[in-house]
Amino acid sequence: MVSGAGGGGNDVQWCFSQVKGAIDDDVAEADIISTVEFNHSGELLATGDKGGRVVIFQQETENKSQPQCRSEYNVYSTFQSHEPEFDYLKSLEIEEKINKIRWLPQKNAAQFLLSTNDKTIKLWKISERDKRPEGYNLKEEDGRYRDATTITTLRVPVFRPMDLMVEASPRRVFANAHTYHINSISVNSDNETYLSADDLRINLWHLEITDRSFNIVDIKPANMEELTEVITAAEFHPHQCNTFVYSSSKGTIRLCDMRASALCDKHSKLFEEPEDPSNRSFFSEIISSISDVKFSHNGRYMMTRDYLSVKIWDLNMENRPVHEYLRSKLCSLYENDCIFDKFECCWNGNDSVVMTGSYNNFFRMLDRTQRRDVTLEASRESCKPRQVLKPRRVCAGGKRKKDEISVDSLDFNKKILHTAWHPQENIIAVATTNNLYIFQEKVN
Amino acid sequence: MAGADSDDSLYPIAVLIDELRNEDVQLRLNSIKKLSTIALALGVERTRTELLPFLTDTIYDEDEVLLALAEQLGNFTMLVGGPEYVHCLLPPLESLATVEETVVRDKAVESLRKISHEHSPVDLEVHFEPLVKRLASGDWFTSRTSACGLFSVCYPRVSSTVKAEIRQHFRTLCSDDTPMVRRAAASKLGEFAKVLELEYVKSDIISLFTALASDEQDSVRLLAVEAGVSIATLLPQEDLEALVMPTLRQAAEDKSWRVRYMVADKFSDLQKAVGPEITKNDLVPAFQNLLKDCEAEVRAAAANKVKEFCENLPEDSRETIIMTHILPCVKELVSDTNQHVKSALASVIMGLSTILGKDNTIEHLLPLFLAQLKDECPEVRLNIISNLDCVNEVIGIRQLSQSLLPAIVELAEDAKWRVRLAIIEYMPLLAGQLGVEFFDEKLNSLCMAWLVDHVYAIREAATCNLMKLVEKFGAEWAQNTIVPKVLGMANDPNYLHRMTTLFCINALSEVCGQEITTKHMLPVVFKMSNDQVANVRFNVAKSLQKIGPVLDSKYVFIHI
Repeated sequence: MVSGAGGGGNDVQWCFSQVKGAIDDDVAEADIISTVEFNHSGELLATGDKGGRVVIFQQETENKSQPQCRSEYNVYSTFQSHEPEFDYLKSLEIEEKINKIRWLPQKNAAQFLLSTNDKTIKLWKISERDKRPEGYNLKEEDGRYRDATTITTLRVPVFRPMDLMVEASPRRVFANAHTYHINSISVNSDNETYLSADDLRINLWHLEITDRSFNIVDIKPANMEELTEVITAAEFHPHQCNTFVYSSSKGTIRLCDMRASALCDKHSKLFEEPEDPSNRSFFSEIISSISDVKFSHNGRYMMTRDYLSVKIWDLNMENRPVHEYLRSKLCSLYENDCIFDKFECCWNGNDSVVMTGSYNNFFRMLDRTQRRDVTLEASRESCKPRQVLKPRRVCAGGKRKKDEISVDSLDFNKKILHTAWHPQENIIAVATTNNLYIFQEKVN
Repeated sequence: MAGADSDDSLYPIAVLIDELRNEDVQLRLNSIKKLSTIALALGVERTRTELLPFLTDTIYDEDEVLLALAEQLGNFTMLVGGPEYVHCLLPPLESLATVEETVVRDKAVESLRKISHEHSPVDLEVHFEPLVKRLASGDWFTSRTSACGLFSVCYPRVSSTVKAEIRQHFRTLCSDDTPMVRRAAASKLGEFAKVLELEYVKSDIISLFTALASDEQDSVRLLAVEAGVSIATLLPQEDLEALVMPTLRQAAEDKSWRVRYMVADKFSDLQKAVGPEITKNDLVPAFQNLLKDCEAEVRAAAANKVKEFCENLPEDSRETIIMTHILPCVKELVSDTNQHVKSALASVIMGLSTILGKDNTIEHLLPLFLAQLKDECPEVRLNIISNLDCVNEVIGIRQLSQSLLPAIVELAEDAKWRVRLAIIEYMPLLAGQLGVEFFDEKLNSLCMAWLVDHVYAIREAATCNLMKLVEKFGAEWAQNTIVPKVLGMANDPNYLHRMTTLFCINALSEVCGQEITTKHMLPVVFKMSNDQVANVRFNVAKSLQKIGPVLDSKYVFIHI
């Protein structure tokens, strides 16, 4: 019997479900996926790409006659969210790449999401239309005009059913509030406000008001030469409307309370792991930069991702290395800029497992409760329907066993930066460069 | 049937109806705004059976169209056949009340409230209340938030069983899962309480209020504060202490500064609601704490209320309370670190002088005014200067004038032009209060200096200022003091200054009168018509056009 909320990463066998995107080796720059996000019910899955487009997939309703074939995700809506712009004042191009998408909790029949590029956040409404009016007075339905003298009575149009049409329309544009590149957006549990964070500042917005935002964190030094750290990610607590957290490039996480004061430059709590002196190297500072921070669904824990590890914080702090085997390759990773890759991480629905991506199209699942982990691969070879994914192993050095892959043969151009886990079921969406893979729990 | 008229009268209506579906949103909007014309042409029956069902399904449209529609429907009672048919308007308004756009929902709720009054009590029970029930138990947050605004209008005229149902629904919404709905409930709590019978206010409303005031969401708690103030006005004095005050006290010490800010903001209303006894015992210490709050926004909100709070204290103990409790806090605020706090204080502190009387003002308040006059923030200084009339009444301006003049001069020469502009705007007021001798002695040169400021906006404002001064002090004064100087500028080497002379003449000619204009100003204008700079010359032409009406018509004919 399948458990709905998802068990541990190791009891579950993952099998291939679908892959989206072109299956050829020529990757168009605009198709590179830059963000993946499930909505609150898991029925919709949104992806954003470098070309400024948002594609939304919808889970089909369960097919009772084929219980082993879990619902599939099909394209529901596609729209161009952001266009490239040019900042004339600074002579800089503003990329249309979608940095983040966040869904709003559903408030009526339509769906709402926030999407952002480096400078502008937009609120999109996605709605369905299944009726259209029919009946004109002055013309036929096909557009030909009638003779005006033949009109003897007035006719009121009537609504008739039509094929389902999904429309996306921009409802709000929140612009001109960020000098630096926006890296995160997060919706507050009050459903009224949200924050947006760039390298040095965090702003608080009200969803109805586009011409004003409040600055709640500002770490810009008076003298820019004294700049030593930048904000890398920020998120609101899932239940407490006053708490948010932001991470920095120096590996620290600050928890802030908006109740205490209007400007939250002073943090309430600081989370930092002192470094193991034996591991210190030239690269220490770069690899300690936190690329993502996520609260668990229950709000008791927080997970951060730096270059080599995933850390889970609570009052009792724990941390789990992700790809420790890369430590020996840091030099070459620095040379090809891979050391600056920003990996995201995510929790499963009941906060027992966390997932994050790695190189060679590998992704890792780490089970907190059972303290076990597994490495899986998203590749074209394992694309047969319901094919179970085999765990992969990387050999750091020395004798390579059969089935293992040597760290030197890893393809560092194939990286999985963005992953998402369905909020209730064991369905995951994993983005390689330009493909979206959907895997499900194997149903017996 | 109205529709069977001649073809001519049908055609424009037919156009309007077709445009309801037009691609262009402006045309659709136009048609919706003329909905009453369409309804009249169709007649009441077709409006009810055809037009309204069509409108019920048109919720796919743009906000402005939906907003206009919601508004129109509020006035449609007669067009559907009068009060006995008014319930037909409920379906389209119900669907508009579920739209995500807040302005549209609010307008739909407003229209529903309007037409609720046209419903007979029977119709209220048969049609309106079920609508409210449906919205209140709807799946979407939007319908539940709209429901909150409808309880108070249908409660008064329904039977007691239905009343019990309504109270139950409201209770459910106050503890809804979604903050959005709880916020709507909190913001309507006061209004709902007003229509309830007192026994239910005490039994139901108080517990709902207490629950909302301790909600986990800050945004809900701060709305509960305002509700609390409304509820306090409904209860008899003896119940206030037990039922409402503990919660309000808690709000004044809430962990979230936003909630404390709301308390500060509503403090005067609160004071009026709870009455003098509780004010003395509870509100005075609470106000002191707000004036000393750690968050500047809260202190500023409290500072804004100082005058009103003091004015509304009970007469017998007013002076003592102010001198012992409020004044010490005010003294601290004068040297607050945050400029907005000082600025807020400066705009009300002068008002205390009328309450405290001459002696106390001279001894205690005067030092504070003088300190704020020397504050480094220009806004603080400006706020003091703009409120001098209260002090004038009590102690006369002479006391202040020693400090006043340097302050004015400093503001008049501030580097920021907007600050200079603000002081110019106060100049006529000041001149009136200080009197013509003081003005001539000290301020005249300032006004002249502004006429040759670098910034055009200042020169323009200075010109306008001169006109107002002449209105106050009279044409003769103008002739002796201002006019010679203004006309002297006509020989200035800088063409901008010569043009300023012309603008001044434009402004002053009317207030100075025909004689001065003809004798003194006109010759100067003529002379400038031969000016080297073209801008000056064509402004001469404009001036002549402006001052023409002031002059004697014969003169105009001969010379111009």
